[in-house]
Amino acid sequence: MSILVNKNTRVLTQGITGATGQFHTKACKEYGTQMVAGVTPGKGGTAYEGIPIFDTVDKAVRATGANATVIYVPPPFAADAILEAADADIPLIICITEGVPVRDMVKVKRFLAGRSSQLLGPNCPGTITPGECKIGIMPGHIHRQGTIGVVSRSGTLTYEAVDQLTRLGMGQSTCVGIGGDPVHGFDFLEVLKLFNDDPGTEAVVMIGEIGGSSEEEAAAWIKTNMKKPMAGFIAGQTAPSGKRMGHAGAIISGGKGTASEKVKAMKQAGIHMASSPADIGRSMQEAIGK
Amino acid sequence: MNIHEFQAKEILKRFGVLVPRSIVATTTEEAKKAAQDLGGGVCVVKAQIHAGGRGKGGGVKVVKTPEEAAARAGDMLGKNLVTHQTGPEGRKVRRVLIEQGLNIARELYLAMVLDRAQSRVTVICSSEGGVEIEKVAEEQPDKILKETIDPVIGLAAFQCRRLAFALGIPAELTGKFIGAMQGLYRAFDECDASLAEINPLVLTKEGQVLALDAKMNFDSNAFFRQKDILALRDIDEEDPREVEASKFDLSYISLDGNIACMVNGAGLAMATMDIVKVYGGEPANFLDVGGGADKAKVANAFRILLADERVKGVLINIFGGIMRCDILAQGVVDAARELSIKVPLVVRMQGTNVEQGRKILADSGLTIITAETMAEAAEKIVNAIK
Repeated sequence: MSILVNKNTRVLTQGITGATGQFHTKACKEYGTQMVAGVTPGKGGTAYEGIPIFDTVDKAVRATGANATVIYVPPPFAADAILEAADADIPLIICITEGVPVRDMVKVKRFLAGRSSQLLGPNCPGTITPGECKIGIMPGHIHRQGTIGVVSRSGTLTYEAVDQLTRLGMGQSTCVGIGGDPVHGFDFLEVLKLFNDDPGTEAVVMIGEIGGSSEEEAAAWIKTNMKKPMAGFIAGQTAPSGKRMGHAGAIISGGKGTASEKVKAMKQAGIHMASSPADIGRSMQEAIGK
Repeated sequence: MNIHEFQAKEILKRFGVLVPRSIVATTTEEAKKAAQDLGGGVCVVKAQIHAGGRGKGGGVKVVKTPEEAAARAGDMLGKNLVTHQTGPEGRKVRRVLIEQGLNIARELYLAMVLDRAQSRVTVICSSEGGVEIEKVAEEQPDKILKETIDPVIGLAAFQCRRLAFALGIPAELTGKFIGAMQGLYRAFDECDASLAEINPLVLTKEGQVLALDAKMNFDSNAFFRQKDILALRDIDEEDPREVEASKFDLSYISLDGNIACMVNGAGLAMATMDIVKVYGGEPANFLDVGGGADKAKVANAFRILLADERVKGVLINIFGGIMRCDILAQGVVDAARELSIKVPLVVRMQGTNVEQGRKILADSGLTIITAETMAEAAEKIVNAIK
């Protein structure tokens, strides 16, 4: 079992003819993901790696039954790509694109309210259910099938954590990168609820970073509702105030969003917090009493 | 990206927010002439730097004559102004704003910010203007009023009225107050701002509503459609290394330590700084070379790191996903040779093509310390610079 994606997920790539879209569509297909369609306006009727390309999302969905989409289109057009996917009622929209303006995302979120589509990202690595379905830019080979759920705001730091888990013999049910932008789709809380209800997930690793209050909000819920053991880490314990640390959302502003506040909230919620990023795997072992 | 007060006021003016008459001066002569042109009466001389707390730092002075304006401008121009936001070295004052004096009846606080939890822009206002809003929020949270803005509707008139009545704005000024609020929201929205703040917004004894100070920050992701805003960038106000890094699309933040870090990905870069600290070291910087860094990018990153004289050692931590370790290793070797690196270098690589990458480092003949894990890498670099 898993959350969000599995072997039956049928994936569409928006922006399939760009360099990034091509590279990762191929890698995901090789991993075993069912890549069923691509969209690039004006390239309809052609194909890439045997995957049919359509001019619009609507046409692609009707022709192929795609039930998830991954977006690699450049930042100025990414918000429109999300809107188009939501308009076609695709249940899961994953936006990898980094650099989408906040103003666009505020409008996108307004548009998504009350619709059936759910958004992951933008500025995220995507999601993977090892051995079944990989959607996004993470290296597939570091993952193993298993029962640990992973949710994170980071990309490469998640790979680091997954690598530690795999080396310690703890495979993953599903890994979800929610992205580093201030306005995004799935938040920690929503992903944790899915893990909580997933019989295939026995424990969860949560990796946050400075900025915003998503970790604190999730911690408040975890304290009374989470049935499964958890380990965690917060990146940016040494980050200065007022500086944007790479991710648009990773900024301590007005003294809010510090690592220490988040670590405190997560500890109080019963999460085994790693004080060093090298100990995320070990903290998970502790959490499950291994 | 930040801009100066005088630039923010020019933007606000375009959106119908009234601001006091003012003139920018870069010399004492200009300051004197500006004060004369403003009528020769009471003026305020304001240092233009990208930092708050200027008043307390001595960067805002009320003057009565053009001669006094010139004298106070002379005190500020060319000097470093220290405020609680500049750090102990302060910021060099290159311009002052000479602004007409006003008969202030009330000072309010007004700002537009992004509420991340709601994914909406929120207007914040308070009857306690002219002071630090963080302090008000902490000590008198009931004095902070908020309205969440629907992006499709914009800031609605009823929301403005609700705030105006709550703040006790006199009925005859309500219209002007609402105009200032809606102007500020439109400026925020149309310019892709991430913060737009008027502190204080003043009501004058003559019945005007004006922005006495203004601060705006912008979303750099929107610069592809905000060329006019980007043109307001003042690189004199930025760290020179950060400016240099931005030319190569590298995300770099200067810190106070002596261990330079080069990492791919923002989360891992922060985590690398954290682990350096765990082992008793101090990171000299945050540097994210990005997911798909090539040889040239690695070389430029290296050059920027080594240009920092405080750097006593370099730690490279790469988790190769898209980025291949062999390509990174070749970039590191080439750059280390070209720049004849003299400080200890620890490289930790993991992920795609890691074996080929390690072989390239081993065969290079360079003194590169390698590490398997993040912890080992951090420990080795901290020991190497002792």
